[in-house]
Amino acid sequence: MPKSKKKYASKNTLALLFIALPGITYLIINNYIPIVGTFIAFKKFSYAKGIWGSPWCGLNNFKFLFLTDDAWVITRNTLLYNLAFIVIGTVVSVIFAILLHELGELLRGKFFQSVLLFPHLLSWVVTAYLVYALLGSTTGFVNNTILNALGKKGVDWYTAKTAWPFILVIVYLWKNAGYNAIVYMAGIAGIDKEIYEAAKIDGASKLKQITAITLPLLRPTIIIMTLMAIGRVFYSDFGLFYQVPMNAGTLFSTTQTIDTYVYRGLMEQGNVGMSSAAGVYQSLVGFALVMIANFIVRKKDPENALF
Amino acid sequence: MKKTVSDEKRFIAIATVILVVISIVALFPMILLVVASFTDENELITNGYQILPKKLSLEAYTYMVKQAATIVRSYLVTIGTTVVGTGLSVLLTTSIAYPMARKTFKYRNALSFFVYFTMLFNGGLVPQYIMWTTFFHIKDTYAALIFPNLLMTAFNIFLVRNYYSNSLPEALYEAAQLDGASEIGIFTKIVFPLSKPVVATIGLFTGLSYWNSWTNALYYVQDPKYFGIQNLLMRIMKNIEYLRSGASELAAEGQAVSLPGNSIRMALAFVGILPIIIIYPMLQKYFIKGVVVGAVKG
Repeated sequence: MPKSKKKYASKNTLALLFIALPGITYLIINNYIPIVGTFIAFKKFSYAKGIWGSPWCGLNNFKFLFLTDDAWVITRNTLLYNLAFIVIGTVVSVIFAILLHELGELLRGKFFQSVLLFPHLLSWVVTAYLVYALLGSTTGFVNNTILNALGKKGVDWYTAKTAWPFILVIVYLWKNAGYNAIVYMAGIAGIDKEIYEAAKIDGASKLKQITAITLPLLRPTIIIMTLMAIGRVFYSDFGLFYQVPMNAGTLFSTTQTIDTYVYRGLMEQGNVGMSSAAGVYQSLVGFALVMIANFIVRKKDPENALF
Repeated sequence: MKKTVSDEKRFIAIATVILVVISIVALFPMILLVVASFTDENELITNGYQILPKKLSLEAYTYMVKQAATIVRSYLVTIGTTVVGTGLSVLLTTSIAYPMARKTFKYRNALSFFVYFTMLFNGGLVPQYIMWTTFFHIKDTYAALIFPNLLMTAFNIFLVRNYYSNSLPEALYEAAQLDGASEIGIFTKIVFPLSKPVVATIGLFTGLSYWNSWTNALYYVQDPKYFGIQNLLMRIMKNIEYLRSGASELAAEGQAVSLPGNSIRMALAFVGILPIIIIYPMLQKYFIKGVVVGAVKG
């Protein structure tokens, strides 16, 4: 009896592996081979000689990368933008969630949620068009209508370096705040209604209920979401930083992040060595950050840890 | 007691006002884009994009209809890659998630880790680019639009795995096995047909990412015949004259129309997001459900 059961189990294992096989194959190709392929960052790569023929060069690519200003600029930009997104983004998303929750039962509440979520569904290409309709130097709404009405001269936004940290944060919020609010709304919906009832009987105002009940009880969700975002601070949204500034070279000092640098190095300058070194730098530091963030999440709240 | 009620009403009123303002701000660029697409080209040149233009015109749309070849082609490329990519993605994602949800499967944890690790460590663009172009030679093929990156995400796989482990009881599998069903039979005849809600969710996520995808063509495509709608938009932002290339024969016959560049850009962007606007009300529910479930436990 045990023998036939064992035989059945191994047949079962094989069949299940067989079902998973196409997916496993895809992940090996799309994800695992490139992980192994990061070794090209240690080679002086040329397309003519190929991956195997190109000679090893030790840490030279990394040396060159960190000798330039680029490494500092892209690290600074990536980190500072993410920091701004985490801080401002969390505040705005939580405010959206509280407001939307209050109107949740009403038809207009549903309408507002649809409106605020909608920008998240648009591509970065279309988003860049929308920003262009506002900021284009000759036909943009801001120059022609707003600044004109104020009697001011138009600004050439796509060369105005210092404006872009503000523009990109606003675009980020426009696109993502409504989406991130969904998770906080779910958190608020999970709070026990009786706590609010008790507070009402004690005469607590709405504002008091928010500061004394909603926010403290939402704290674990906010912490988890923030830690997960901290795990991703070495990555940036390629579309936001590539499409929205229209790939304008004069803006690189304030719009270039690790992801756009890797792309431009590889495709526009053909500098595979530098580009792959920046990529490996991102992968390794990114990996360490995810592990640390998850380690902290697991200590605070094992339920929400990724592993 | 009366005081609390009025306090609550006042709060709702204030919340409504704030949300009205935020919604107007959120929708403003969209409205500007749609109005601009219906604005007279000369009006755009003198006064720029406006909410209340002095002169409206349909010339952008009539131009698009007349010179439709390039636009229709890119639209079909986008529709084709979205349908094929989403279909393949659903098959691959559900079939790898199913064994991960089976408690009796010996390599259950190993497989979960195998999928999970792809979220932790990313090889990056350079090795990926070299692999796809030198091993698989996908440059300038439809495969380039479908295979790299978009086909499977760990997020979707875990979404389906969690759905299976939470809503399909172990007893179901035992009963099916007693009836002599094979594992493959259980998956294809019992589990997959029960997956409708989660397939709707991941199908929506994936379909949207294919519809909005522009990076794969940016990396792997040079021949414009493989451009979907997003890459056509990218191209005409840089050079509106590109649209004429699809109409070269007409131009040769001296029928070339003046190109209403400023309005046609916006008209084309509007046409690109129209399908999303249309299906959005139907699919919003699944979308929100997916985000909540996925975020709570990835």
